[in-house]
Amino acid sequence: MAPYSQLSFLLTVLLIFGALCVTSKVQIQSSSERQSASSNTGSTGESTSNSSASITTVPIVTWKWHHVETPYLVALWILVCWLCKLMAQLNSKLKSFFPESALLIISGFILGGIVWGADKAQTFKLVPRNFFYFLLPQIILDTGYFMPNKLFFSNLGAILVHAVIGTCWNAAAVGISLWGCYLGGAMGNLQIGLLQFLLFGSLLAAVDPVAVIAVFEEVHVNEVLFIWVFGESLLNDGVTVVLYNVFDAFVSLGGEKINAGEIIKGIVSFFVVAFGGSLIGVVFAILISLLTKYTGKVQIIEAGFIFVLGYLSYLTAEMLSLSAILSVTFCGVCCQKYVNANMDEKSVTAVRYAMKVFANGSETMIFVFLGVTAIDTDIWVWNTGFILLTLLFVLVYRFMGVFFLTWILNRYRLVPIELIDQIVMSFGGLRGAVAYGLAASLDETRIKEKNLMITTTLIVVYFTVILQGLTMKPLVKWLKVKRVSPTELKLIEKVNNRAFEHILAAMEDISGRIGDNWWTRGWKRFEDTYITWFLMKPEARKNRDYLFSIFHKLNLEDAINYVTEAEKRGSLAFLNQTDGTIVNFEKKLRFSGVMPDIMSELDFGNNNVQPTSDTVPSVSLNIHEHEMKRMNEDFNAHHLLQQHLYRSRKNHRHKYSRSNFSINQSEDEVQEIFQRTMRSRLESFKSAKMGVTPAKKITKHPKKDPNHKMSNGKTTDKSKKHPYGDEDFEFSEADSAYSGDGPRRFKLTLSVAGVENPAFIVAPSQGAQRYLPWSPRNLHRLAPLRISDRSTDSFLMADAPATEESSEESPQQPSQRDGTHM
Amino acid sequence: MGSTNSTLSKIPNAGDLMQETGFSPAHIVRLYDRYKALDKDKKGHLCPQDFGAIKELAMNPIKQVCQEVLDFPSFVRILAHFRPVDKNRPKDPNSPEHINSRSNKLKFIFQLYDQDKDGKISRQELLQVLRTMLEKQVTEEQLESIADRTIQEADLDRDDAISFDEFRKSMEKVNIEHKMSIRFLR
Repeated sequence: MAPYSQLSFLLTVLLIFGALCVTSKVQIQSSSERQSASSNTGSTGESTSNSSASITTVPIVTWKWHHVETPYLVALWILVCWLCKLMAQLNSKLKSFFPESALLIISGFILGGIVWGADKAQTFKLVPRNFFYFLLPQIILDTGYFMPNKLFFSNLGAILVHAVIGTCWNAAAVGISLWGCYLGGAMGNLQIGLLQFLLFGSLLAAVDPVAVIAVFEEVHVNEVLFIWVFGESLLNDGVTVVLYNVFDAFVSLGGEKINAGEIIKGIVSFFVVAFGGSLIGVVFAILISLLTKYTGKVQIIEAGFIFVLGYLSYLTAEMLSLSAILSVTFCGVCCQKYVNANMDEKSVTAVRYAMKVFANGSETMIFVFLGVTAIDTDIWVWNTGFILLTLLFVLVYRFMGVFFLTWILNRYRLVPIELIDQIVMSFGGLRGAVAYGLAASLDETRIKEKNLMITTTLIVVYFTVILQGLTMKPLVKWLKVKRVSPTELKLIEKVNNRAFEHILAAMEDISGRIGDNWWTRGWKRFEDTYITWFLMKPEARKNRDYLFSIFHKLNLEDAINYVTEAEKRGSLAFLNQTDGTIVNFEKKLRFSGVMPDIMSELDFGNNNVQPTSDTVPSVSLNIHEHEMKRMNEDFNAHHLLQQHLYRSRKNHRHKYSRSNFSINQSEDEVQEIFQRTMRSRLESFKSAKMGVTPAKKITKHPKKDPNHKMSNGKTTDKSKKHPYGDEDFEFSEADSAYSGDGPRRFKLTLSVAGVENPAFIVAPSQGAQRYLPWSPRNLHRLAPLRISDRSTDSFLMADAPATEESSEESPQQPSQRDGTHM
Repeated sequence: MGSTNSTLSKIPNAGDLMQETGFSPAHIVRLYDRYKALDKDKKGHLCPQDFGAIKELAMNPIKQVCQEVLDFPSFVRILAHFRPVDKNRPKDPNSPEHINSRSNKLKFIFQLYDQDKDGKISRQELLQVLRTMLEKQVTEEQLESIADRTIQEADLDRDDAISFDEFRKSMEKVNIEHKMSIRFLR
């Protein structure tokens, strides 16, 4: 953007800031005036309405600053912080170099400087209470809500190891080393004991989720690494809270009273705090899910329940002195699936968007305030030895801890974590606002060196966020030495590259990469039968029942024949039925909201390229027409490929991002692929089956998937029979059979990356119909177009027989046009 | 581990398989478990429908990974193609190439493209592959032009089809060992 616009923004911010300071000054002045007014009896001030003096005339306009003071300041600060974020985003050159969090902190410095200059005191600080109660919960809720569950739980063991053992190690090592150095005299004279050192170590030990996300967002790392660091940053709060409270209690008790009993209590309290916090989170998740089951009538505000209950879970855990962060995390993690299934699509979108707004907004404010708080001479105590040694130890012990633990974990893993990843992981151990909040809430009567600790914490935070954030990207680039060759790939290479990715993804799925073992299967079964019954709306559950995987198992010929029979009976009958349920049915069967794992937040620069005209110029008076044509073709072909190749799962892979929120980006693609797959399977199945004429009848099947062999085209399931009259598929006698037909309940769940999909409809779009090359001779009287529609729509199984047919036919007419985003 | 050995003994020809593919016993056992899990009807072999049951595969445009019936050794052999190339394993010049060597990996891919198994990827086959990988909006003419260009780039002897050697030559610069390896199959 032009420098002038940036400058104008800067000026605006500064102006607002100046106004802030002036008003706060006015506030101080007027409050002092008030005091003086009340102390000098009888004297009236100016026409300020704050005085208790009597007014002499009717005031037209009064200055009501003190009425609005607090909300005004809050709102103004929020505005200023967000403007800083805007400014940070504007300068793209700066943005690519600095991570955004660093820029925000620096803006905080500037703002803090202005305030300090105006007031000679830091009137606006990051107060721990405000931070912990108003700024942090929504960030963690957002984290939990968008957590890639499957990835998280499959790596839970490693995450826990790092979170618990790693944090304890960090705390103990830093504390003890500092104490050792203190004893050795490196820090001069301080009033600190071992316990206080341990306390300090424990508050510095925790990797901060806010900072980690902010930095890792800009660095693309592989998903295992990401989830390890991310999960660790969340779960270590359990440990941090315990350690902090335990050592705080020890410090109050005094060194003498600590015996084995107290230590055991400390260890027990860890388990209580951690599991208790998680349990509260789960309880609230259940509450939320149950609630959304019944809020169908208040769709407008049902989104709000998530936030309120999430916040309550945080406060409840805090009230019980359990781990509030764990509580909110698990609340989000557990409720996401059911909430997404139960709520209306618009509410789901509303929740997601609002979450992102709150989380991002809070994060911005936290970083800005972290900067502002620094400009305060009151808290700055400089002790070179202490500060430098702390920095050193924090870094070194982080590396040691990560390497050691990963070495242990690698021995039990099929895929070892490489050295590069370990380095990135150690480097990504950022400390953030949580550490500062804990430091600021220390009791200074007991801990004499509180200011020193605050200073050191701030410096550590700045160091990790700014410096490590700055160097993270270059480091990653430098470590990953293999680089793609800059030459433009040929077409065939591009095609093959993409093909490889797809094949690889297929192979990974075939060989059961993630979580296909007894545990996960057992849990899935348990969850399917009991939990979803309890927590999901009946319709949502029914829609989940259309198990995709049954697609290939179910008796396709029955469906085909049913459909062709229905076809024969004339389509008009179905067109006449417009049923409200069908519309709802359609709406519920959307793909988007329930597959957060699929949502890709990666921004592919390539795909944003607009293709130039795709048509070869037909008229060209150029002598070199032929060559131009070739060039164009070449150009177009490359563009086409870049634009239209399906992205493989590797590129789809979920990336948690606080600042990007995109719906539907890759979902259409995935849906397209899915539809095609289904259609081709249907075709192959049909081609395998047509021509076989066993006499069978369709009967009612309650909700069970028939498990029959289909390899030789004959179904051995005796309970299902077809009314194949003769090879012409005449269904003259079938009418009666069909009227008695019941709904074919097919359990259809689409479980991609572990998230169960409520429902999925295969609705062929206009384009897809071309791909039906096969059209049986026997059904020649039916136009291929209509076959393709109906036959796959036979899987739009509604509940009641009456609506079954209508649901097949009517949604298919209007949905044909928007078949890709059902 | 004890359980590995006992399961290993249940698998027929486990020793030969390990020798041929280079998988470790733990891997063979794990693949066997997976094989059994996929074979839901306990037929003893895998048919295309079983692959259809894998939900994630529906998201994958490459559909015809396997059209025929697979028994366990073939299953393992196919997956063995995707093992990362083992740099440390000594290359015995007399033994046949490792199943996960670069040229074998390429051959596997080639066979996926070449459906009629005539040793060449014809224009039609290429069209089909492209069709599956490109979005619906791409029209037939665009598709054909892409296919033409692709063949032109790779086809050296101008027979309008890509033979295995031409394929291999066009893939020279691509890091096959990396792209066609699944790390956890090491």
